[in-house]
Order: sequence, then structure tokens, then C-alpha cells
Amino acid sequence: MSTRELTCIGCPLGCPITVTMEGKEVTNVTGNTCPKGDAYARKEVTNPTRIVTSTVRVEGGVCPMVNVKTASDIPKDQIFACVEALKGLVAKAPIAIGDVLLSNVAGTGVDIVAARNIPAK
Amino acid sequence: MKNYDLVIVGGGPAGLAAAVSARDAGIESILIIERDKELGGILNQCIHNGFGLHTFQEELTGPEYASRFIAQVAERGIAYKLNTMVMDISSDKRVTAMNREDGMFEIQAKAVILAMGCRERSRGALNIPGFRPAGIFSAGTAQRLVNMEGYMPGREVVILGSGDIGLIMARRMTLEGAKVKVVAELMPYSGGLKRNIVQCLDDFGIPLKLSHTVVDIEGKKRVEAVTIAEVGPDRKPIPGTEERYTCDTLLLSCGLIPENELSKSAGVTLNPVTSGPVVGDNLETNVEGIFACGNVLHVHDLVDYVSQEAAAAGRNAAQYIKNGAKTDARTVEILPVDGVRYTVPKFIRPQEMDDKLTVRFRVGGVYRNCSIATYFDDELIARRKRPVMAPGEMEQVVLDKKKLGDYPNLNKITIRIEEA
Repeated sequence: MSTRELTCIGCPLGCPITVTMEGKEVTNVTGNTCPKGDAYARKEVTNPTRIVTSTVRVEGGVCPMVNVKTASDIPKDQIFACVEALKGLVAKAPIAIGDVLLSNVAGTGVDIVAARNIPAK
Repeated sequence: MKNYDLVIVGGGPAGLAAAVSARDAGIESILIIERDKELGGILNQCIHNGFGLHTFQEELTGPEYASRFIAQVAERGIAYKLNTMVMDISSDKRVTAMNREDGMFEIQAKAVILAMGCRERSRGALNIPGFRPAGIFSAGTAQRLVNMEGYMPGREVVILGSGDIGLIMARRMTLEGAKVKVVAELMPYSGGLKRNIVQCLDDFGIPLKLSHTVVDIEGKKRVEAVTIAEVGPDRKPIPGTEERYTCDTLLLSCGLIPENELSKSAGVTLNPVTSGPVVGDNLETNVEGIFACGNVLHVHDLVDYVSQEAAAAGRNAAQYIKNGAKTDARTVEILPVDGVRYTVPKFIRPQEMDDKLTVRFRVGGVYRNCSIATYFDDELIARRKRPVMAPGEMEQVVLDKKKLGDYPNLNKITIRIEEA
């Protein structure tokens, strides 16, 4: 039996969570104050994931950059592959929140979507 | 001179939420004045996610969170002026502002909401020794350069201060290809949210050195190296603990200061602990008809709380415009003691306050397994256990008007941290 101490990142409360494991099986989760914390802890010790946010260059818009995010969380070890894929990408204004700017980023099956409205110049 | 019922100074999250709630409370004549070229304030450069969990039950990026409030302002047809700087607010609520189109102009308002936000503590205010080369930025300036303007401030980075913006920028610079060598924090604990330490430092193996500060900056034209040293309990550097990091950039994330120059010129009394106005339960300052909300009042940890507080300020300002000043002279002071650094509001009017009133505050150190205790005079009213409390995170107590009705002779409310 082993234990891992985590800080939940589900929300800004940052609950201190203790996960008890039997080999690769999670046997107990304590310290969380909501179901989100339980789900986070189980995932963090087996398959950690993150939402990635970054920026992409804009052509013909009122701002030179548009901020983007992964439409859902991607495996933690794919974060750098994800931002690498955004290098050199240029988005044409007008851009609306939710527009897909790159699909299936780094083979994760997750799209990169715009997180800001950018009107055309 | 133009006339408006309500002038809101600042078009960031606080100003937007205040405008929406004042309009919904029946105030037609509202003007928001914003000095930047767009509404949304600092949220526009906060591209990380995590905003709006309380307000919208989802995790939004800063611009997404702002866009929802901007849309609400647009739907209601609330007027705003961009690229406009307020120069002065008088105690009789005359607002002097200027921009390129209108030049200098005056507005007579019936009520004013202060929503100017805060600014970062600068190198000058920190008294860091060493040369003064290029390459030293506040973390927020770097954030704007990277996220909005598309420039990289540097390649090899040292960060002083572990406030949230510093932590967020440690990750952001790393993702953009920079090497963040260390984050040094003067205090023995981080000033940022725990989740940001996990997601922004631990995820990328960036070391956080608590009880450390910058003791030297090298480089004449551009930063060439930064030396940090451990500090003792007196926060003075300990000789012999110096470590030198070669780098081209130093980011400073050493605290935020509410921006209250305008408040002062209006005669608003400030609380030296928060550097923000002293307000009562309705968020009104000592100057009748001038209200405050958001980071100009006290620096918040979550924008959701800013929106809630600003909505209350908007409602209260509407109430004032329609019905005039509060009549109940009886006020009860809230005393922050034993670890509670301050409270907002600082006093309440038990007969006129909202049915449920949220009192927000911060603690002065890290407390484990302690409780937040509320006393009406010497009687313990409520005790809430908190596993961990830290200065980086706001705490709250909710006061119940009905309960207060049972204490007609109440002199003071005390909020303190106690061993559980």
C-alpha cells in the first residue's frame, strides 16, 4: 500500500488530498471537499491531464494575437507537443469564441478553439 | 457639463458587473469610463483558464469571462467611453475626464462607483539593489506583452515573488520556449493559489525557493545575472547563502496595490491594511454616494468574488440614487483580530443591510486546522473549521440580518482565527 499527497486543481480552493493506492488501484481518497476532487485525484495518479491555453497569431484583426485553449483536457505529457503545434499557426479575423483553429492537436483528438472574439480590422 | 445618474470608473470585471446590476435595479442613466481601448480590464491578458467556476459553473479563460459581462452590458445598451482617463473626482461627485475626441470634460453624477482595480508593486517600491538594465518587468507587463501583443520579453528568466501572476507567467514563459530558472519568494509561504503552484511550477519542474530574495542584479544594458539569497526570520539576507543565476530577464510578482489616487482626491478614507476605501455593508465610502468594489477596494483572489461584490455595489448605488442616503444611524463595527488582517465591509448597519451579508477578509499567515470564529460582543455566534488558510486566499463569514435582529444593543462584531 502506498499513499500520494496531492493538491486538487479542480478549483481555486486547492484541497489537500491523500490518495491511497494498492499497486495501480486507487483504494481510498480523502481530503477532498467535493466529488470533483475525488475524480481529479483518481485521474491524477493514473492518467494526469491538463487544459492547455496559449496564443495564436492573427491576420487582419484588431489585435495581433488571439488566445486559444484545448477544447478539453489533454494528457499532461502532450503539453509541449501541443504548444509546438501552435507555432507558425495564423488565424484569419474575424474570429469568434469557440472557432476551431486547429483540429486534433498533436494527435490528442482534441481541438484548439479560440477563446476570444477578434473582429476584422 | 453632462449629467448621469451613475458614473462607473473602470470597465474591468468590477465595473462591468456593477453596471449590469445597477441597470437591472432600474437605473437608466449609466456611464462606464475605461482608460484602455476595450472593456474587460486585466482579464483580457489573463488567458489561462479557471475563471468563472462559481459564476458560470465552468472554467473559462479571462477573455471568455470578460466577454460574457461585456455582452450583458451591450444587451442592456449601457453607455461607455473607451480610451478615456478620469483625472479627478470631487466629493460632490463631479467627474473630470479626458480623451482624444472630447478633450477635457466634466460629468455631474448622482452616484459614483470606484472600480479602478489595482496595479503591481514596482522595482522602485521594492528597493532591489543592483544595476538598472533592460529586462526587468513586472509579471503583468510581461503577461500583456506575451499574450496580447505577441512579444517575448526574454529567454532565461528569474521570477521574484510567487503571487499568482508570477506563477502563471512561469508556466507561460516556459510554454513559449523560455527557461524559467527559479521563483524566489521573500515570505516562508507563497502568495499565490495552491493550484497555481501545482499547475505552473510543479508540472514543469520549476523550483520555488521560499524565504529568498534578490540581492543583486548584474548587467549594464540588459540583465546578465541575478543573485538571490536566503532570508532570516527578520527577512534580511543571510550572508553566505547567495546563489547566482545567469539570465536575461527578471520578472517581479511582489504584490498588488489598489489604485486609489482618484478616491483620495474625492476625500475617500482609505484603510491602511488594504490600501482601499473603508466601506460599510452597502460598499459606500465615507463620501456619500461614492461606492467601491473589486480590486480597488481590496485585492481579490478570484474574479467571481469581484463580480459578486460589484453586483452588490451596483444594487446599492441604484438604491441610493432612487431613495437617497441610508437613514439608520446605528452602525456596528467589525473588528478583525488574531490572524484576521482586515474585513470588507468594516462596519454594518444591522437594520438596513442585505438579509445575508458576505464579509470577506484575508489572514496574516498560514493556519492549519484552525477555525474562523465570529463573536457578537463577547458571545460566540459561529465557528467554522478550516483545514488550511493562507494569505494568498480570501476567507469569508456570512452575517445573517435576522440573527442580528436578536441583538439590538450589539456594540461590535469580532472575527478571529482560533485553534480548532
